[in-house]
Amino acid sequence: MRQQQGTISKGVDWSICWILIALSTIGMLAIFAATYREGDPMLASWVGFKTDYSKQFYFFLFSILLGFVILLADSKFFPATANLGYAIGILFLLLVFPFHSRIKGTESIIRIGAFNFQPAEFVKIFVALALAKYLSLPDIDFRRTGSQLRAAALVLFPAILCIAQSETGLALVYTSFFLVMYREGLPASIPLIAILGVILVVASILLPPNLLAILLTAGALIALYLLRRTIKRHRGVLTSIILIWFVAVGIQRFAVPFLFKNVLQKHQVERIYDLFGKDNPYRQGTDTLAPAVSLKKKETGSSYNVRQSKIAIGSGRFLGKGLLSATQTRYEFVPEQRTDFIFCTVGEGFGFMGSLILLGLYLLLLFRIVTIAERQRSTFSRAYAYGVMAVLFFHIVVNIGMTIGLMPVIGIPLPFISYGGTSLMTFSILLFILMRLDADRQMVLR
Amino acid sequence: MSVYHQARSRSIQLLVLVVFLIILLRLFYLQVIDERYRQLAMDNAVYAKVIYPERGIIYDRKGKAILNNTIIYDLMVTPAEVKGIDTLELCRLLEMDTAEFRKRMIDAIVKNTAVRPSVFRGLLTKELQARFEENGWKFPGFNLVERPLRYYPFGAGAHILGYVREVDGKDIDRSRNFYRQGDYIGKTGLESFYENVLMGQRGVQYMIKDNKNRLVGHYENGDFDTASSAGRSLRTYIDIELQQLAEKLMSNKVGGLVALDPKTGGILAMVSGPNYNPNDLTGTSGSANYSRMVLDVTGPMLNRAIAGRYEPGSTFKPLGGLVALGEGVINPGFGYPCGGRYNACGHGKPACTHAGGGHAANLRLAIANSCNSYFSHIYRMTVDQPKYGSVKKGYLHWREYMNAFGLGVKLGVDLPGESSGNIADTSVYNRENDNRWTSCTNLTLGIGQDKMLTTPLQMANAMAIICNRGYYYAPHFVEKIEGETELDSALVNPYRRKHEVLTGIPDTAYRAVIEGMSDVVKMGTARVAQIPGIEVCAKTGTAENYTILDGRKIKLPNNSMFVCFAPKENPKIAIAVFVQNAGFGATWAGPISRILIEKYLNDTISTRSKADSARISAANLMPAYFKRLQVKEDSLRARQWFKLTKDSSYLKRITRRSIPATPARNKKDQTERAVAWIPENRKTIGTEVALSR
Repeated sequence: MRQQQGTISKGVDWSICWILIALSTIGMLAIFAATYREGDPMLASWVGFKTDYSKQFYFFLFSILLGFVILLADSKFFPATANLGYAIGILFLLLVFPFHSRIKGTESIIRIGAFNFQPAEFVKIFVALALAKYLSLPDIDFRRTGSQLRAAALVLFPAILCIAQSETGLALVYTSFFLVMYREGLPASIPLIAILGVILVVASILLPPNLLAILLTAGALIALYLLRRTIKRHRGVLTSIILIWFVAVGIQRFAVPFLFKNVLQKHQVERIYDLFGKDNPYRQGTDTLAPAVSLKKKETGSSYNVRQSKIAIGSGRFLGKGLLSATQTRYEFVPEQRTDFIFCTVGEGFGFMGSLILLGLYLLLLFRIVTIAERQRSTFSRAYAYGVMAVLFFHIVVNIGMTIGLMPVIGIPLPFISYGGTSLMTFSILLFILMRLDADRQMVLR
Repeated sequence: MSVYHQARSRSIQLLVLVVFLIILLRLFYLQVIDERYRQLAMDNAVYAKVIYPERGIIYDRKGKAILNNTIIYDLMVTPAEVKGIDTLELCRLLEMDTAEFRKRMIDAIVKNTAVRPSVFRGLLTKELQARFEENGWKFPGFNLVERPLRYYPFGAGAHILGYVREVDGKDIDRSRNFYRQGDYIGKTGLESFYENVLMGQRGVQYMIKDNKNRLVGHYENGDFDTASSAGRSLRTYIDIELQQLAEKLMSNKVGGLVALDPKTGGILAMVSGPNYNPNDLTGTSGSANYSRMVLDVTGPMLNRAIAGRYEPGSTFKPLGGLVALGEGVINPGFGYPCGGRYNACGHGKPACTHAGGGHAANLRLAIANSCNSYFSHIYRMTVDQPKYGSVKKGYLHWREYMNAFGLGVKLGVDLPGESSGNIADTSVYNRENDNRWTSCTNLTLGIGQDKMLTTPLQMANAMAIICNRGYYYAPHFVEKIEGETELDSALVNPYRRKHEVLTGIPDTAYRAVIEGMSDVVKMGTARVAQIPGIEVCAKTGTAENYTILDGRKIKLPNNSMFVCFAPKENPKIAIAVFVQNAGFGATWAGPISRILIEKYLNDTISTRSKADSARISAANLMPAYFKRLQVKEDSLRARQWFKLTKDSSYLKRITRRSIPATPARNKKDQTERAVAWIPENRKTIGTEVALSR
């Protein structure tokens, strides 16, 4: 036992562990600030497993324990069981459908005894491992479209299951794995097209449809004029310009309205329009309110949340109000402040400096993971590391972006900070597996 | 393969860096640059709770509190905390049915949500409050909340003290938003005039509230709180016993009465008839009583002592005498050969009660016998003086005398709503007489008629000027303000200034007039005012008056008037009493004055006065035409209401008074609607009626 311990600690990159502990501590303090009430006995509430911060504290201890178990394991264990793990993960996601509990709007939680258990949260681990495994297969050539499609299917299948459980937020997390694929050789044109697509969708929300169509047509005509010499030589250029124009206008005029009307749910459309501060044009018809009432700009649930959240963060000013003096978060003006909107507590209590330190810690963590990834000899370890990094990055950006009105409201937790045992343990396990793999970085894992 | 895409790790790091930078810039903007959010968070979470101070107390001259504070209770309910109570028992306790209970609960939740307290039943009667205090523990979620209320321990002085009511939009605007919805403000009387003194200083407690607007604690340990300080009290000249007696004597009479101390201008008693008990306007039935009184055509809310405009009639004569003496057109020995009427203007008017016998052989006799010819004549002599060149200039000069006596101008009493009476300008006579008029045109001004109108307060003050021989202090109620500030001094300084308006008139002139007034009591028309051991000086008056009813001018019984001061040497009290439509001055107004003088100077009243007091108090001199007028006003209002709302219930009610009406088919329905809609409208229509009176 002692011998094993010695060999394990040799190659482990403890810096990741320290950042993990620092972030979790900030998280527990934030939950404490959001839920502590004057007069609660301090020690009793921390150890009693009654309050949220006490529970989070025990989840944290359990995560560390779990981490050491992982560090004790053989690094070959992870590539070896990756496919099996993926299968188990999918099974869990499927089990949710018959066994989920009724908890506010979501269908993704299984209740076992006193614990709520959200498979969609921790299946990320298995997907990260399975993707790494697939990308590191010796006979894979990721330049081939077939491989790219298979990798995409591997990632998107659990995402589709999540959508079926009304957990669009968690489903979107899986798109972050495209970052891994990009690193492993996905053609750069694909993310470029994705970015252009997003810009087109945003533009069709912000601009009147006809104006945008005219702009797109004008753009196509200018391109035709500028490339008139090339077109003479290569007829294909003309075809592709016309095709691009056709697809763009098609998306703008038909695909986006179709998406908002028929695919997305009403509250999701609402949130997207709230983000841009515009009235949802797809609301009428389904609106049961009298016209006189709906003429007023109605405050939707999500825009209330975001406004209160911005007030909370904005009122923190430069140095913050102090941990227990934050009025917005202490008195429940921000809904979901222990979980999805926990960043408000940090922003209000510790101000810009506090936010800066938290973001700094995250940046340090992400960069450290990239450094670790790049020093791996085995593709499996590197792809897995990028997977971890991508998932963390997505969570951080979307969560914080949502609290300050840069992103639509998508209910995903802030890693290590938000209240929630599954989330904390998932991210801890992701990092500890990374540390375990990194400890054996000289080894080539298959 | 890994080497192949090594460069992409750099672009991934760049992506992370750029995205984090965008987030940081946004945070910097939100937290450091944009200032709005701090205030928004304060508005969200901090509630400025206003602490209302107790209003100041008003004391009478002997230190008795005549306007005080008491506490009444509101029953509050926090619906979310109401659990497992015996609804039936609570309903029995509060004397309501369960349907009403449910309605009130729903109202409370709709108005204030289930987690905040709202008024379940306001202004509990003493009995209900006692009952609830005993059993309250059985009903969690219900509790009694104190509400301070104004209380008039003597039930007297309604017109003097005034009342407080909730501020309306106009009050808030006028105060430049100092007052807020739900605040109370003095609306009339001393409550209004000394509002700034009585209201005290509001305190503010900053409380932290949560997302449901519940108060959860003090903000920053109360460091920003300001304490409230109670309103300061007023010490007045009012003699509350005298006031009560005067009110009793004036009950069921229309008119005004003022008694003041000529040495200080302090008002000892002031009554306006018809009167009301000020406690009627506070407490449980306050609103109902207010609406009723405001619609009453007799105008119980109107203070006739300062706003009633009456022809002074013969009570003016001592003043006319003084003006003539002061101008030097006559001397006290001046006599006029009156043969029963005044013939110098050719029409033989005015007539005189006496004929010949030298009843106007000198000023003293003329006053004692109230000779109309004499005073008409000396008025003409005054305005026709050759030194002024024309009657118009002479009249203007006479008018200045009148203003010096406080007639035709506001005296500036410390009550709102004072009238200036009327001393017409030359322009009025010019207009009415085609610019050609002589002293004959308005000779009855000499006997207090024509266009002359005075208030009881002005006449009482004129008595003070006579007995003070030329000076007065503006009549006022408040002697001292507790903890007087500079601002308060600005309010009360006008009452500390001696107005030496007519000290230029020689002492002999005053002596002659005062002797004349003394004779009026000794052997003239005011013998009823004789008091053994006290020399009273007085003058009676009787004025004809008319009203227009149903389009016809009808003559009403004469107004009974009486002005006096006593004792003759070193006077301590001056009184003016006007009783509308009561007959001769000596019949009603005279005895009333005598009883008050006895009470004030002797602190007790004689057996004769006691009998008089009982007789006068019991007499109902309310003019009969008011009843008819009331029906007319009510029916007009009902018709107006019907036009506005198509609700005929009021019209029906009016017609039912005289004509037995068929019962309305859906009577219940209509009354409910009426209850819901009437009050506001009723008030406004009613106010106009009351004020035009």
